Amino acid sequence: MIEAFGLKKYFPASSGFAIGASGWVRALDGVSVKVGAGETLGIVGESGSGKTTLAKIILLLERPTAGSLRFDGKDVASFTRDDLARYRRSVQAVFQDPYSSLNPRMRVEHIVAEPLPRNGDMSRAEKSDRVREVLQLVGLRRDSAVLYPHEFSGGQRQRIAIARALVTYPKFIVLDEPVSALDVSIRAQILNLLKGLQEKLGLAYVIISHDLAAARYLATRMAVMYAGKLVETGECDAVYGVPLHPYTEALLSAALPLHPSARRQRIVLRGEVPNPMKPPDGCRFHPRCPKAMERCSNEEPEGREVKPGRFTACHLY
Amino acid sequence: MATPPLLVVEDLKTHFFTRRGVTKAVDGVSFTLHAGETMALVGESGCGKSVTCLSLVRLVPEPAGRIVAGRVLLEGEDLLTKSPGEMRRVRGKKIAMVLQDPMTSLNPALTIGTQVSEVVRLHQKLRGAALRERVLSALRRLRISAADRRLVQYPHQFSGGMRQRVSSAIGLSCEPRLLIADEPTTSLDVTIQAQYLELLKEVQAAAGVAIILVTHDFGIVAAIADRVAVMYAGRIVEMGTTLEVFNNPSHPYTRSLLRCLPDAGLGRQKLVEIGGQPPDLSRLPAGCPFAPRCPERQAICLEQSPPTVSVGNGHLAECWATKPVSSPGSP
Repeated sequence: MIEAFGLKKYFPASSGFAIGASGWVRALDGVSVKVGAGETLGIVGESGSGKTTLAKIILLLERPTAGSLRFDGKDVASFTRDDLARYRRSVQAVFQDPYSSLNPRMRVEHIVAEPLPRNGDMSRAEKSDRVREVLQLVGLRRDSAVLYPHEFSGGQRQRIAIARALVTYPKFIVLDEPVSALDVSIRAQILNLLKGLQEKLGLAYVIISHDLAAARYLATRMAVMYAGKLVETGECDAVYGVPLHPYTEALLSAALPLHPSARRQRIVLRGEVPNPMKPPDGCRFHPRCPKAMERCSNEEPEGREVKPGRFTACHLY
Repeated sequence: MATPPLLVVEDLKTHFFTRRGVTKAVDGVSFTLHAGETMALVGESGCGKSVTCLSLVRLVPEPAGRIVAGRVLLEGEDLLTKSPGEMRRVRGKKIAMVLQDPMTSLNPALTIGTQVSEVVRLHQKLRGAALRERVLSALRRLRISAADRRLVQYPHQFSGGMRQRVSSAIGLSCEPRLLIADEPTTSLDVTIQAQYLELLKEVQAAAGVAIILVTHDFGIVAAIADRVAVMYAGRIVEMGTTLEVFNNPSHPYTRSLLRCLPDAGLGRQKLVEIGGQPPDLSRLPAGCPFAPRCPERQAICLEQSPPTVSVGNGHLAECWATKPVSSPGSP
């Protein structure tokens, strides 16, 4: 349904008083992903890996520097006004922090109704019905529509944000760290809600998360990003079961198991995520990679299908 | 253990007096900690774990917050009866703290060297070359590379993981007996978190410092804690060795929490939700505070506070439903 080809996003970096760009921050450097109807793609990676930039491009909040984004086979760059309106109704978003994503001065009914077209064919009564319907769908009372965001707890606010995303009958929702700001006992409620909604409404999700456990709970396919590049994609269970790329392996081993008897030898990476203005030559992971070879420092690996359905960009394969 | 415990906390109560009434943030917390031990304090936001830590070093925001009862004995001396001046000599020297966000706990306008040496100068009374040597060794111990060049740099020139290491270096520079780490890795990425935890364990083994680790992440608890105390609504509802608590969670809240967490290793089994919200600490219900959300609630839970029950081996739970066990290990 949504396909991205070779997406790049470079941001100009100016240093202090210098006029013009003194360099480019390569937030996203050639990323191709695909999400089919009813599917969930998990995008995991550390801060600075480009996962949020990718989400912004999908939401048309940023224009890619290069590459193309297609929706149902049609390039977003060639969209007409009607196509754009349709796209914006079909693709919605839920953000991390429900304290800052909801306007404190608006009543819930206005927050939730906001994505509905203003001059559309829906009457005021129909809109208000639809708002109450989605509120019920996310497990809130119909009469909570007249309240303000501050009257709700964090988990309930996130439900309001989900209701707002659902009101236009979307097919596709981008979830940017949907449970990171919530308390542990509330996370399960929201994750189960998202999963239930997906089954009921046939939604496709992209879930962006640094929480590998939450991503795994929802995702069917997984994409691992590092320094603006996709290092590995594949079926969720396969990636978690046998990670191919050394970075995926290290990332998964850094995720802490939930039982003390499962304490294991972790692969502790040295060093930090590279500066996106000066990414290392060759493979961007090679300065931290425990399996780096000579070739890795001067030749950039291409993403290849190394096993059926498993793509990775690494010279080991 | 035959040696006397490093820290004994007895029935600590810290309340906040506000216009809306009294918020009982910490309401009768007791525990002991031995030298070199790591105890994790787990719970959700608002359960009182941070206020407990602030109470130990007497940094509860006054005048709204007051420690209204209890004793905090560090090596036998009651910290709650010390004068403010005496308390200043304890903080930073015997008890050090590492806070969640190093970007806010470090001063952005002072160099790293100034900030580390401040503590050492005050508590160790070192000056000149000896001071510099001590500061450098503190930074090197937390693997700050090229520490001598780093001394003149400012916090913004450091990455998140390095800032947290600097802030830990400040904490550990005076060889404290107790380090209180309040969500030290929450602002760090997973691979950096793994680096930091590994390093913390190493430094702890070398220095023999006891650690109270505040966290909401059971993964971190499972990875590094010797003992766990689970807090809910200002009380420790379950406490025991990490293995005991994970193998035989004896409070319904602990059981529910462990069931509602997704595990990266397990994938897509159904998560069991905990209904409802954490309680409002200024309007606590009668009886057990967890009762309204508890799947194993009985009539008595809504009326009377639950007793503390021993399930063997120093493993305690505060619940009406938990059956006391005298022999260790068996459920």
